[in-house]
Amino acid sequence: MTVLNVTDLRISYGPVQALRGASLTAAAGEVVGIVGESGCGKSTLASALIGLPAPEARVSGRVEVEGRDLVALPETARRAIRGDRVAMVFQDPMTAFNPVLTLGEQLVDFQHRLPAPKAEKRARAAAMLARVGLPDPQLALRRYMHELSGGMRQRAAIAAALLMRPALLVADEPTTALDVTMEAQIIHLLRELRQDHHGAIVIVTHHLGVVGELCDRVYVMYAGEVVEEGTTDEIHHDPRHPYTRALIACDPAHIAGRVERLPTIPGRLPDLTAPPPGCAFAARCPQAGPDCAVPPPRVRVSPTHAALCHRVRP
Amino acid sequence: MSSAADAPLRRPMRLPRLGPMGSTGAVLVAAFLLMALFAPWISPYDPLKLDVMNKLQDPSLAHWAGTDQLGRDTLSRLIWGARTALGIALTSTGIAGAIGLVLGLIAGYGPRWLDGLLVLVFDSLSSLPMIMFALAVITVLGPGTATLILVIVLVSIPGYARLIRAQTLTLKAADFIQAERTMGAGPARILLRHLLPNVVGPLVIVLSMDVPVVIMLEAGLSYLNLGVKPPTPSWGNILYDGYTSLRQQPVLVAAAGVPLVLSTIGFTFLGEGLRDALDPRLKVRPR
Amino acid sequence: MLTYAVKRIGLAVVILFTVMLAMYAMVFLVPGDPASLALGPRATPALKAELIARMGLDQPVQVQVWNFFANALQGNLGYDVWSKKPVLDQILEVFPNTLILGVVALGWALVLGVALGCLAVVWRGTLVDTALGILSVSMIAVPSFVIALYSLLVFAVWLNWLPAVGAGTPGDWGSQARAVILPAFAIGITWVGYLARLVRASMLEVMGANHIRTARAFGLSEARIVTRYALRLAIIPTVAILAVGFGAILSSAVFVETVFSRPGIGTLITSAVAKRNYPVVMGTTLFMTAFYLFVVTAADLIIARLDPRVRDVFRG
Repeated sequence: MTVLNVTDLRISYGPVQALRGASLTAAAGEVVGIVGESGCGKSTLASALIGLPAPEARVSGRVEVEGRDLVALPETARRAIRGDRVAMVFQDPMTAFNPVLTLGEQLVDFQHRLPAPKAEKRARAAAMLARVGLPDPQLALRRYMHELSGGMRQRAAIAAALLMRPALLVADEPTTALDVTMEAQIIHLLRELRQDHHGAIVIVTHHLGVVGELCDRVYVMYAGEVVEEGTTDEIHHDPRHPYTRALIACDPAHIAGRVERLPTIPGRLPDLTAPPPGCAFAARCPQAGPDCAVPPPRVRVSPTHAALCHRVRP
Repeated sequence: MSSAADAPLRRPMRLPRLGPMGSTGAVLVAAFLLMALFAPWISPYDPLKLDVMNKLQDPSLAHWAGTDQLGRDTLSRLIWGARTALGIALTSTGIAGAIGLVLGLIAGYGPRWLDGLLVLVFDSLSSLPMIMFALAVITVLGPGTATLILVIVLVSIPGYARLIRAQTLTLKAADFIQAERTMGAGPARILLRHLLPNVVGPLVIVLSMDVPVVIMLEAGLSYLNLGVKPPTPSWGNILYDGYTSLRQQPVLVAAAGVPLVLSTIGFTFLGEGLRDALDPRLKVRPR
Repeated sequence: MLTYAVKRIGLAVVILFTVMLAMYAMVFLVPGDPASLALGPRATPALKAELIARMGLDQPVQVQVWNFFANALQGNLGYDVWSKKPVLDQILEVFPNTLILGVVALGWALVLGVALGCLAVVWRGTLVDTALGILSVSMIAVPSFVIALYSLLVFAVWLNWLPAVGAGTPGDWGSQARAVILPAFAIGITWVGYLARLVRASMLEVMGANHIRTARAFGLSEARIVTRYALRLAIIPTVAILAVGFGAILSSAVFVETVFSRPGIGTLITSAVAKRNYPVVMGTTLFMTAFYLFVVTAADLIIARLDPRVRDVFRG
């Protein structure tokens, strides 16, 4: 069953076209990854997925969650969906919680859709904290954010998002703020959780390793567009778009043996106030030719695999 | 050689962009400065000349703002009052700024024990309600212009010294100062060549924001007969004269408030404009 | 929390002692002895000798300092040079008037200032915001005693709506309330400006924070976000500034009380300064410093209650 269906989503901030017609889907029980370097529009996309674009953003296209279009709905209806049917694990758990309320007060507040007494909400919060592996949930509920460690905060953020059993869970860079050991633990936790979470999970990250560990399918984004999509296997072992290939080549995990210096992609992101009419990656692409100045076709490689490129053959 | 290292902290010398508020302030301040400078030439009468026959007159063509209880021309007294107000305000903030600068540099750059002692003294002085401290000093020394300037200098120094100390402590840890030191620069060179130019900017902004406070204080204390002694024209003295003859001639109080309000607004607007243009994060607390 | 409170109160006590020492030293730094200073040209040798004996000025300096501290700690702030009444009694007699004035002034300023600040936040970036900004700065810039004189002229002399002098009849709440309106208006107006600016700035800062976005992402209503998640953080700088404000309000009270001939700390100290009645000046200054330190310390402790992060700074 399709939980999330995004079609031709465009978002701009003033003259900046942050998202230029992105389309993607996610089904119940599926974990979908969105990868790209910073500035590719993935955080803008994440905000739109939970129906909370920045106030100054201009949005067009459709973001359907369980059949309801978040873009078209009025704010009150959107608010009723947020925190209930869709929830988000935020990037930086230190600043994502209120510093002057205890974790317990906030976790109880976040269940405001639930018609239940406060004690029950507190018990649910404690149970969820235990589920995500916080050692002493009752004590943690009485803690303020600055009294918890980075790993505990991230677990608490995940618990908060799961409290209402949302149909769609969006995790924005869930491991970026953590050190390597913590990152491994959180990935392990997310893997466990996908077993008993029946909704769809969308993980937004710049880290291909996280995608490989967790996701069923991957969307690769560049300059506000989805340039390649496919199963995790297809993306890792048969990347077709030159940008995806470059991204994998730059991932330290894929480099065998000693290298003099880490490879990088030369050049910079195009100016999103005036994006090129043709392929946005052409200026940095080793295979670019004159035909790249016209908009590239979306070439289907397999039923699940497609790339936005002139050079890709089915 | 050192210029590359400290370049990011040096602001180029140029006129700051003042917003509409700052520009309004600048115009008002300029007007009052001109008034103070050219008081002898623009005031229509001698501000001290008595004319008891024509006391407490309504505004007329001869006396645009009327006359006071001794028949002195109010407009002339107000124009000369600008000289008193700005003279005292600029002198005392200037002296206080200079002393605060030196003490702040000593506290920030000197030995730890001296810093601790100075900070305790600054904190204690700023814990005194400013006006109480001023009144205590006036009691001991007796009222007068010199006492007034001394009092303003004394109550202002702690704030400036604390500002300079904080700036110095931050700068001391900055890379370019450390670099200078490893290259063998002595404390005198670091203080004069590097710290001083960088701490003066914020001080000037705070000083400009304090000028209206000092103008208020001068007028207030003169109003209480604890500041500038009559018959010297001061806006505070004139307000007091107006207060005593409030029921016979309300124009005197009404007129005397105008330059005081316009000048404090002018200096405040200018200070705000300077702050916004140069250092928006600088916090200024009320006094 | 307890450690923090003890440290904060200890700091206040140290500062108070330093201030007392400084005040006492000041009298000895000036040329001439305090007795002739107080008596002025009217001093006769007999009067002077009596005053010296009464004030203990004939004793060695260390004994004098000791007595001064010992007496002050027991609540004895010395005696009026002329009326011979205890200074503390005179202070306590008028202090309630000043306290009422300060509370009323800060009270109405708080209500209006917070409201204007919130208005500016709601309409941020619009003409209303700009106008409120200019209005706030103007309110800050205008001296309170000029407002006092102008409001006296308009409301008491011309319109004759409100009393021009005094603090009202003791025991008559109505007349006391009427007497406090104009002075409180004059003192409060500066604070309307300060608070409006402060509330605007801290609300804008808090509303842009990440955790507000989280609260929105969990579908909490905007009203709940403002009252429970934002205001509690935005109010912290306001509490801090209100405490400082109490000190500043005392300054304006000195002038405004004089304008309205309202009995209070301000009128007490200014008349004492004019007569160089320095035991009264020193005693009042000391009393008000202690009071001010008390308010500031209390505010710091309240902030620590509101913001758990502050208490942990002192815990370590």
